[in-house]
Amino acid sequence: MGLARQAAIVGVYEHPTRFAPNKTAFQLMAESARGALADAGLSLKEVDGLCSTGLGFGATGIVSLCEYLNLKPGFVDSTAIGGASFVAHAAHAAAAIAAGLCSVVLIVYGSTAASQRLAIGTAGIGSADPADQYETPFGPTTVASYALVAARHMHEYGTTAEQLAEIAVTTRMHAGLNPQAKYREPITVEDVLASRTIASPLRLLDCCIISDGAGAFVMTSAERARELRRRPIWLLGAGEAVGHGEGGLRDYLETAAAQSGRAALARAGVAHREIDLAMIYDSFTITVLVTLENLGFCRRGEGGSFVSGGRLRFDGALPVNTDGGGLSSNHPGMRGVFLVIEAVRQLRGEAGPAQVRDCRIALVHGTGGTLGLRHSGATLVLAN
Amino acid sequence: MSQQANVPSRPRPRIDEESRPWWEALGRRELYLQRCLECGALRWYPRALCPECLCDRTQWVRASGRGKVYSLTTVHQNQTPGFAGATPYLLAYVELEEGVRILTNVVNCRPEEATIGASVEAVFQDIGNQTGLLSFQPTRQQA
Ligand SMILES: [Zn+2]
Repeated sequence: MGLARQAAIVGVYEHPTRFAPNKTAFQLMAESARGALADAGLSLKEVDGLCSTGLGFGATGIVSLCEYLNLKPGFVDSTAIGGASFVAHAAHAAAAIAAGLCSVVLIVYGSTAASQRLAIGTAGIGSADPADQYETPFGPTTVASYALVAARHMHEYGTTAEQLAEIAVTTRMHAGLNPQAKYREPITVEDVLASRTIASPLRLLDCCIISDGAGAFVMTSAERARELRRRPIWLLGAGEAVGHGEGGLRDYLETAAAQSGRAALARAGVAHREIDLAMIYDSFTITVLVTLENLGFCRRGEGGSFVSGGRLRFDGALPVNTDGGGLSSNHPGMRGVFLVIEAVRQLRGEAGPAQVRDCRIALVHGTGGTLGLRHSGATLVLAN
Repeated sequence: MSQQANVPSRPRPRIDEESRPWWEALGRRELYLQRCLECGALRWYPRALCPECLCDRTQWVRASGRGKVYSLTTVHQNQTPGFAGATPYLLAYVELEEGVRILTNVVNCRPEEATIGASVEAVFQDIGNQTGLLSFQPTRQQA
């Protein structure tokens, strides 16, 4: 038995803050929980499942968050696969609900990355894992790992900096339609090309911003969802995957999205042409380009022309990141939760000036980790 | 830019018992890769068990130290101590002649002298305790 229409998203809340130096991450999460539960018409005491992770989460951070919210859920999941985590949590929550392990799951994220001045993309990325010793001495950063993918894509397919810049320009245009977005002034391809290089070929405006931020969504069973105040947004299918060095043999233009996307679409029984909106994790412009290729929206190598000509605009052929994305709206270290929230707003018809016409099916894809070293992918197909 | 790509003063690798032969070979200016004695698979990075068949009978085979740049980025910003003052430097995947792609630096050249597809050769840097680090430089004379 699959997960299609076994569980629904019944409440969402995106915290309006982009800079909260006087708040803690846990406070932002509690405020987001309050907003999402109010949206759903549910009370905190009805929550019997909790999913979260975070940049500052300790090994048992999920237990600390339960304590902070004074929850005693029967299901917890703090799967930590980087920014894709909250996309994966949605699938895990649906599976837990379908299996009868719990009935109301709160998925929540909050971070004060900006007010703590975290150098998320341009600090070293050391760990205690065995591969670290073969990498850290050479100075990889998060940006540089994505840059290695971008450089290879340009080499193999002639993809240009202008084509990557198109993604940043379209996303900024969407941010201009979102009053809560951190950066709303329109930019041009020339602006992107004139911004300073962080790790070639990626320039400052190819990179996601760093903000504070938080958000939450609530999932419940089909039966329960039908009794609640908001139109249920159904999970049709989900997939997860990882990408890594493959013993030294990896093709670095193939990403986890190929595996997770194929699985999610097959489980949902949905074809690419039926998708009205794609929420694609935009840590960097190259992330969007290779993810669209790997998800099968275009063929490998064709991403550069695919993202050009306004195709990704909210009124284009494949609207992408209509909230302004991590490139312009918010990126508090991990962004998966916001991909889901914007997809729900669009599927409810509540996306304001960036509303996609007749939005019925949305694909959400989170990418976590460092694309050119090791990363994760999680895909959802959602429908109203 | 016209300056030389810098050689960063790098953080030391966290060597463990699985990896020690790799690092000690580099200290002797030799490059050795692991091959599984059961299934024959060559693997990167070094580890005790073959990730294809989980066999722990391993042969260290000498590698040529020649390869080609698979991908390359000039890093202009890295806040990590040791790198903050070393930018710009070249971070690359080099595909060894033996077939595996490894993360490294391309050194001893100007950034514009290194390109994807270029032939490179091993450069060994002594880091003490009879161990070394492996970087690459553009091949000066073709064989
Ligand atoms: Zn083997």
